[in-house]
Amino acid sequence: MIATGAGLRLVDIQKSFGATRALRGVSFQIAPGEIHALIGENGAGKSTLMKVLSGAHSADSGTMELGGRPYVPADPHDARLKGVAMIYQELNLALHLSVQENILLGAESTSLGWIDRRTSRERARSALAQLGHASIALDRRAGEFSIAEQQVIEIARALLIKPQVLIMDEPTSSLTQSDTEKLFATILRLKAQGVSIIYISHFLEECRQLCDRYTVLKDGETVGTGQMKAATLDQIVTLMTGREVKDLYPRSSHARGAVVLDVKAVASEPRLKRASLQVHAGEIFGLAGLIGAGRTDLLRAIFSLDALAAGEVCVVGGGDETATPRRRWRQGLGFLSENRKEEGLMLNQSVADNLTLTKQDSLGRWGWINGRRQREVAQRWVDELRVKCRDAGQLIGDLSGGNQQKIAIARLLEHPARIFLLDEPTRGIDVGSKAQIYQLIGELAAAGKTVIVVSSYLPELLGLCDTVGVMCRGELAAIRPRADWNEAEIMRVATGSA
Amino acid sequence: MKSTLKNLLAKGGPFIGLILVIVLFSLPTETREFFLTYHNFKIIFTQTVIVAIGALGMTMIIVSGGIDLSVGSSIAFTSVVGALLIQRGWSAAPVVGAMMLSSALIGLLNGAAIAGLRMTPFIITLGTLGVARGSAKWMAENQTVNYDASPINQWMTTADPAGYALPPGVWVAIALATLTAVVLKNTVFGRHVFALGSNEATARLCGIPTVRLKIMIYALAGCFFGLAGLFQLSRLRQGDPTVAVGLELDIIAAVIIGGASLSGGVGTILGSMIGALIMAVLRNGSQQMGWPTYFQEIIIGLVIIVAVFLDRLRQGKQA
Repeated sequence: MIATGAGLRLVDIQKSFGATRALRGVSFQIAPGEIHALIGENGAGKSTLMKVLSGAHSADSGTMELGGRPYVPADPHDARLKGVAMIYQELNLALHLSVQENILLGAESTSLGWIDRRTSRERARSALAQLGHASIALDRRAGEFSIAEQQVIEIARALLIKPQVLIMDEPTSSLTQSDTEKLFATILRLKAQGVSIIYISHFLEECRQLCDRYTVLKDGETVGTGQMKAATLDQIVTLMTGREVKDLYPRSSHARGAVVLDVKAVASEPRLKRASLQVHAGEIFGLAGLIGAGRTDLLRAIFSLDALAAGEVCVVGGGDETATPRRRWRQGLGFLSENRKEEGLMLNQSVADNLTLTKQDSLGRWGWINGRRQREVAQRWVDELRVKCRDAGQLIGDLSGGNQQKIAIARLLEHPARIFLLDEPTRGIDVGSKAQIYQLIGELAAAGKTVIVVSSYLPELLGLCDTVGVMCRGELAAIRPRADWNEAEIMRVATGSA
Repeated sequence: MKSTLKNLLAKGGPFIGLILVIVLFSLPTETREFFLTYHNFKIIFTQTVIVAIGALGMTMIIVSGGIDLSVGSSIAFTSVVGALLIQRGWSAAPVVGAMMLSSALIGLLNGAAIAGLRMTPFIITLGTLGVARGSAKWMAENQTVNYDASPINQWMTTADPAGYALPPGVWVAIALATLTAVVLKNTVFGRHVFALGSNEATARLCGIPTVRLKIMIYALAGCFFGLAGLFQLSRLRQGDPTVAVGLELDIIAAVIIGGASLSGGVGTILGSMIGALIMAVLRNGSQQMGWPTYFQEIIIGLVIIVAVFLDRLRQGKQA
């Protein structure tokens, strides 16, 4: 299909992190002047593959060729010099520096260590002109421009070293419709100049509109590749999701009780636009959606971690005082952060302190903590959840991810919460701990508690939940009983192609 | 092997450091006679009091993930307040109360600005450093405030070389250190201080009122700085608005040498007290060796760097 010697070719790339096999053999080819969509669910291995390509990780095995020669980047800088540039989803601009300084960052024109102003200016201007944005003022600070313009500045920086391959990771996730169209025009200009573009996006419609070919990754493997024109969206969605649902998910018998939480048209800055839902006692409610769709924002809004811009959260029987996280805990809500390290846990404190942080007032009298009682409480959960640690006094940072997660969940159990908000409860943990957490969620529902689970892993949501809501671009787009969903249907709603 | 070494550094680092400097100063012939005597240690303890009491408050602040640069100025401010009140005939007890209160007020303002306006502690307290120092000079009309006599003058004296009794200041410092250590370890407030410094996001998520807590921490630390000011006044026997310039750096150094981490969540009162002692021993020893003060400054500077380097080694264990 493609003559060897031209473009970029990856053969059987493998990469493991510890016991996790992130890439199990990915092959991939792109010709000069081609726009190639790289598609896959969250966690399918796209990011890892791009990090291998851009030199941030090195592959365990497999070969890469660029322009017919072996391509082995030592680090991202080396990758740039060899002709592979990457535009990350989060922009990397020094907002206080001028446009020109940003474009030339790390590749300044100098003579004897002094910046050569005239050449610098010309190079920056020609890079912007190449993108059709010569009107951007070189002397203004990068921070004064819109996100879309900042993206152009960043692409201009990538163009400075004349890349053969440009990788773009979710470039439209924070753009408006009209900005997206302008970006597409820019990308097509680059295509006409012979640049190979790897375009990563969750939005399948965009991929269809823009790309020539596609490759679908699933569980770290290439599962399909072909001409974009020849494929239907359904075919691609099936490729992305078509996998067997393992019997990990115990169905407990639980009856749906009264409404316990009523969320009415809430919105919060910057992502959450509008979401309404009602959950009942004994219900497991799943929230699906792509990364950045606003699922975490919804949980945070419910838990009063983010201020509401609109709408209302009613905890039935919870009174109507000013909502704060502290008050939410008192009302019987509990929140499990998706981000154990940054938000969920205090890594340099003990298991016992982490576990009892929400209710230390009740571990003794007059503000004193009964240390023995605290350790006993912690030890009980350590035993009950089979957490592997020396004792409850061990620093939680020394435990494995799965064991850390069990302690984070035990905090909600011990409090005790009656409405569990669990954000990606099984992310980054081993299969054994996963099964245990599924079991636990089932037991909670059976005991009449309410669980709201955010997960990017669809089989998990479909296996576990009674009701599933799907979010797309900040809105809770659809809520249906589990029986009315399948993976393809969820992906259709989540990618906005319904 | 390597991990046991790191463990030893983590647990006993400051203590080993203290033993080391004491041994080093008791060897040379110039100091052998006097250095290891009870009377010399009485002097060292007395010289440690002000930094030690300041370090109690600073330990709370640093463990909570903050910093306070205004301590030296707070001490000068309160010493002027105290001297002015004694001039007006106040007796000792209300003077002490007023000094603690005025310093707690500075802490309260620091805490309110840091927590309420969400500004960095470094900047806010850098500002208060100037404000408090200037206010002290203003109140004192830019000169020392002298008074006739007060029982406060007796609280830091080592005048009687034959006496074995430690001055009251030392006992106060020891009692406060014990109390603070117990509070930090065994109370909800103490554990929340650690939680705040270890991970503010977690603290907030777990319903800890982080704004109120921060204000409390700075105000309470302010009480300690007021007491440090009291003993400064007792030592000088006059209110001096230009005293204790840069003392906050000594106090921060004591806390860091004692094993606290500037990134928060780690630190002990015992460590900070040993840190304060290490610096006092270094000063005392250097003086007896007849080294010039600039040489002392260099040594203390190097000790801080070594202590922070050891802290990094320790952090490496967790990463």
